[in-house]
Amino acid sequence: MINLTIDGISVSVPEGTTILNAARSANIDIPTLCYLKEINAIGDCRMCIVEVEGRRGFVTSCITKAEEGMVVRTNTPSIIESRKMVLDLILSNHVKECLTCVRSGNCELQALAEKYNVTSIDYEGEKIHYEIDDKSPSIVRDQNKCVLCRRCVGACKNVQQIGAIDSINRGFESTVSTVGNNSLNDVDCTFCGQCIEACPTGALREKDDTKKIFRKLKDNDTFTVVQTAPAVRVALGEEFGMEIGSNVEGKMVTSLKRLGFDRVFDTNTGADFTIMEEATEFIERIKNGGVMPMITSCCPAWVRFAEKNFPDQLDHLSSCKSPHEMFGAIIKSYYAQKFGIDPNKIFVVSVMPCTAKKYEAIRPEMENDEIRNVDAVITTRELARMIKQENIEFVSLEDSKFDDPMGEATGAAAIFGTTGGVMEAALRTAADILEGKDLGEFKYEAVRGGAGIKKATVNVAGKEIRVVVASGLRNARKIMNEIKSGNAYYDFVEIMACPGGCVMGGGQPIKSSKIRNVTDVRKLRADSIYTIDEKSTIRKSHQNPVLQNIYKEFFGEAGGEKAHKYLHTHYTKQEKYNLK
Amino acid sequence: MEEKRNLNCADEKVKNEVDEILKPFTQDKQNLITILNEVQEKYGYIPVIAQSEIAEYLGIPLAEVYGVITFYSRFTLEPKGKYNISVCMGTACFVKGSKEIVERAKEKLGIDVGQTTEDGLFSLDETRCVGACGLAPVFTVNNEVYGKATVKKLDEVLDELMKNN
Amino acid sequence: MGKSIAEIEEIRTKKRAELDLRVNTSADTREKHILVCQGTGCTSAKSPEILENFRRILQEKNIDNVRVVKTGCFGLCSKGPIVIIRPEDIFYSMVTPEDCEEIINSHIVNGQIVERLLCKDVDGTVVKKLDELPFYKKQKRIALKNCGVINPEDIDEYIAFDGFKALTKVLTSMSQDEVIDEVSKSGLRGRGGAGFPTGKKWAFVKMAEGEQKYVVCNADEGDPGAFMDRSILEGDPHALLEAMSIAAYAVGANKGYIYVRAEYPIAVKRLQIAINQEREYGILGENIFGTNFKFDIEIRLGAGAFVCGEETALLESVEGKRGQPRVKPPFPANKGLFQKPTLINNVETYANITGIILNGADWYASIGTETSKGTKVFALGGNVNNVGLVEVPMGTTLREIIYDIGGGIPNNREFKAAQTGGPSGGCIPKEHLDIKIDYENLGSIGSMMGSGGLIVMDDSKCMVNIARFYLDFTVSESCGKCTPCRVGTKRMLEILTKICDGKGEEEDLEKLEVLAENIKKASVCGLGQTAPNPVLSTMKYFKDEYRAHVIDHSCETMECKAMAKIAIDPDKCKGCHLCTKVCPVNAIGGDVREIHYIDQEKCIKCRSCLTKCPFKAIGGGK
Repeated sequence: MINLTIDGISVSVPEGTTILNAARSANIDIPTLCYLKEINAIGDCRMCIVEVEGRRGFVTSCITKAEEGMVVRTNTPSIIESRKMVLDLILSNHVKECLTCVRSGNCELQALAEKYNVTSIDYEGEKIHYEIDDKSPSIVRDQNKCVLCRRCVGACKNVQQIGAIDSINRGFESTVSTVGNNSLNDVDCTFCGQCIEACPTGALREKDDTKKIFRKLKDNDTFTVVQTAPAVRVALGEEFGMEIGSNVEGKMVTSLKRLGFDRVFDTNTGADFTIMEEATEFIERIKNGGVMPMITSCCPAWVRFAEKNFPDQLDHLSSCKSPHEMFGAIIKSYYAQKFGIDPNKIFVVSVMPCTAKKYEAIRPEMENDEIRNVDAVITTRELARMIKQENIEFVSLEDSKFDDPMGEATGAAAIFGTTGGVMEAALRTAADILEGKDLGEFKYEAVRGGAGIKKATVNVAGKEIRVVVASGLRNARKIMNEIKSGNAYYDFVEIMACPGGCVMGGGQPIKSSKIRNVTDVRKLRADSIYTIDEKSTIRKSHQNPVLQNIYKEFFGEAGGEKAHKYLHTHYTKQEKYNLK
Repeated sequence: MEEKRNLNCADEKVKNEVDEILKPFTQDKQNLITILNEVQEKYGYIPVIAQSEIAEYLGIPLAEVYGVITFYSRFTLEPKGKYNISVCMGTACFVKGSKEIVERAKEKLGIDVGQTTEDGLFSLDETRCVGACGLAPVFTVNNEVYGKATVKKLDEVLDELMKNN
Repeated sequence: MGKSIAEIEEIRTKKRAELDLRVNTSADTREKHILVCQGTGCTSAKSPEILENFRRILQEKNIDNVRVVKTGCFGLCSKGPIVIIRPEDIFYSMVTPEDCEEIINSHIVNGQIVERLLCKDVDGTVVKKLDELPFYKKQKRIALKNCGVINPEDIDEYIAFDGFKALTKVLTSMSQDEVIDEVSKSGLRGRGGAGFPTGKKWAFVKMAEGEQKYVVCNADEGDPGAFMDRSILEGDPHALLEAMSIAAYAVGANKGYIYVRAEYPIAVKRLQIAINQEREYGILGENIFGTNFKFDIEIRLGAGAFVCGEETALLESVEGKRGQPRVKPPFPANKGLFQKPTLINNVETYANITGIILNGADWYASIGTETSKGTKVFALGGNVNNVGLVEVPMGTTLREIIYDIGGGIPNNREFKAAQTGGPSGGCIPKEHLDIKIDYENLGSIGSMMGSGGLIVMDDSKCMVNIARFYLDFTVSESCGKCTPCRVGTKRMLEILTKICDGKGEEEDLEKLEVLAENIKKASVCGLGQTAPNPVLSTMKYFKDEYRAHVIDHSCETMECKAMAKIAIDPDKCKGCHLCTKVCPVNAIGGDVREIHYIDQEKCIKCRSCLTKCPFKAIGGGK
């Protein structure tokens, strides 16, 4: 242990602890801006500066390790003056549209300015004006609000190993941008949205699709259907001040009904279809000597990544559409037919924890009979904004249930929202099908937990099945390189672009660095999802009675011709860049 | 259409040439700046196609290559003019009046520092010390050094170049 | 197969006898060497053509006892191109390619010195020999000892003048610690600017844990107006390589990098030649001189970023990244290049090493002041008669450098300030002219040693404008990593520009000062931490000038054009017509010997006339 004194308080911390974390352990909150746990520690912003006795100049507490006998001061008049100056300078170079900014109230720069009582800006001067990049369907980039903390670069380049954005130019002209300032739409960005989650200000945000939904909700001629992804319900509450990971499924359904949706369905039902189709495809590949391993395809950022980076490996991807696209297709075919609704008048909205789903919904293949499967995608954050706008007091809402007959879903579908969930759900079903009986086994521990890569061998029907679960695109690349080079053999691979899976998706509530530095947000949300699974009465997709009924009434066989038409898709090589 | 084919042809040529430049280097990121120096030397700027070839070869994101190019002032993204006028802004030259020479060049060429005239004939740069402090102030036209420069001398040189073109 | 120590000694003996006439004016020989400076300064004034002409003419005339030798910088760049004839040591200045014929016909063939090409000192006296010039008298050459003496592209010439003696000594008779002790005892401090004790740095790297260690040479001399390192690289590249080998042995490294500006093509070329020659001789490579020591060096080119002179930014750049400094600690000695222990010294620091090893630490420590030992090379420039490269013992006064060596201020102007330390340093006013130059003294008056740029400014220079010049430099060279430097220096520049545009207010001075202090405190690296120095030091010593700008909105020197109206003082004008000749826009009227006048409509305020007027008749009011 290392013993040191911070602001007169004796602190004892394990070797290797930074001064910042040592201070935290003594309840001293040193301000930070560019630091973000496990993502960025570069000491650029100069907010976390402290004084250490015997050292010349300020010390950067977010990266400097605590040393035996150090005497640290975190709040001298000189430090405060410099922090205020830094804030003054950042603000002098910032578009101050705070009132109309999507991050107002949840902006780390705003919070720091408030903390340091910055009420005027003494050093106003030239600002460089940047065009806003809103060409992509998923992410809007406004460099005018960028504070050069480079947390997004840490997320994109170091965590995801994409590097679509990076520091460019030099000096005052420094900014974070893409090659040649092209739109994210035209570069190797996968739309995973991890940059948005990392951004302390409004420089990166999701493309807002709420307006057109409000319009459709007010249109009496449109039949509006909304579906919500598994991970949304364990995060939405956070936008209303509730604890991280609270399961607010019931309140969410009530609020969606109050918003005026004609039907509120659960994407989890769609997920059960995905499992049915995917498990069937997997078994067929095993039996018929198909391309192995089979890789999941429900994550659109992963699909875009694969199409851009591994175009010669696309045969590995399961041809299954993702749950909400399957569900959209079912609503506009089976459901429309059954209830006599003109599918052209149905408007399907998906509420997703994800920015890439916005892109997925506009992919040309995502339609049947010339009707789009899904008409609009909004993120968890956008839904929260819609609820707030419509005067709905979310926290005190009563619970409601999803609408029949499509509101029934299994525990297997619920766990889609976390890394390892799709694999586990698929194994539950595949094992039963292969064995030809209900095995009763639910938990595949080896694929649970937050690790970026989880490998296991499971025994199904006397056959060793080698599975691997990867979350985060850095890990995806690693596994793909293994597969491509033939250095490793797997049967079944689950890939999610966001580290931790959909619970940590780019459309989820943004947690400030202060929270992320001390809280394992992923675990809290994932735990909540596993609780939903455990409490479910049915925990295997193929046992979902709604699903069984729809197969009987409409699709026939899983993996059959009709199922293929509506529930499957295909992939095409994409150019990595379309530069101007 | 014809134009597009020519363009592709030119791209293909640059691609092959850049691949030749890359050959002697290991696929190690530390070679990036050395490679960029060679490409800059060859073309007078770093073409987009070269950027992606280099990124691919070294296995680094294209945005990172772009970030490195835009960091170092020696690397440029646009070709320079036929005559690159470069006025030394080292301190020794500055105190002997090189600022006046830049101002005059800007006025005469109608461009700002870092720009190229529309006809592609002239580009104007400020450089940091060309190492001829004994001759201060100094400006260069391509690699030719003009020492003990005056506004008048600059005028003469530019007039001569303009007359010949 | 590499050369053995005995073979090197053999080359030395033979070559030294052959080159005796280079250093011995009374050498008994019928041979002559024509030395032609091929440094960057003289090269830009056509010295390569001079070299070629000499060779061609000698061949045409079948003269075979004369050798034409390319050398590095002699130092007195303002008199270039320079040609020296040995052994008689006759010094020709401002030679043109057309002069070669006459030099050969008259001097070489007939033994008649070409009087018109001899150098005139500031007072008009004609000087025949290099050593007679006051410019050289107060200098002491350690780092530059071979510059202008040997052909930098010939390893044998380097060997002739004690080359690789120090390396042999170290490899055969000294332990790693003994080498480090010797360097420590010498009192040598980093010549890159901050003055960290070199021996201590070496010791840190040696002590650092790790199998793989690196030795790096910082040859990214970016300080505008400084060319000390370039001259060493161009004039004596082997001295640097030998010192790096010694350092590598001392700290336990086997790989070295030289990071040099791509803007120094001649230096890069000569370094590469030198490296190739040493590889060929087995002085770089495996089993050097039959010992277990192995070491090799690679060149890495910079690409135009001043910040890469900062050691951690340099390392990032060598790694192929944007040259953005790292936060320290960890220091490079522990985590440097590729996160391995790394020794970084600059060129001039290394250039002192062989001398220390051969002559001993006590010899070196006997030169200089209490805290700063040895010599320092300065690039003397600006408004001074003898522009060039000078090496003086630490403790020499500014006055000695500027007046005795530099020959004073030209054009009848007054000294106003001397700037040391480039964009990180400060302006030193008249009252400190007698300060003895060393690290501590320069620091105490708000400047710094820096890498060695020494720019003299006369009274036609506006100090606010000079401060703005440096800030402009810093702003365009700031890497953009940390907020105080990225935005803060820009804001400082904006305030200074406002002041120079005649729009300043009194409160701007305080704002400037507060901002400057905070940038110094809060920036990540040395560039930001020192960027405000030129402003703070001019504000300290030339406060009245700042106040005149913001209160009276006037600039006495008229460099701030917005406040300038250039006019001719009829009382002082002698009608000499010099001004009309330099005016690019023909704005000056008046016949010869009559009082001249300036047409304000036409005047572009370029100040050409103002600096040209020998009677100080041109100036102006608000």
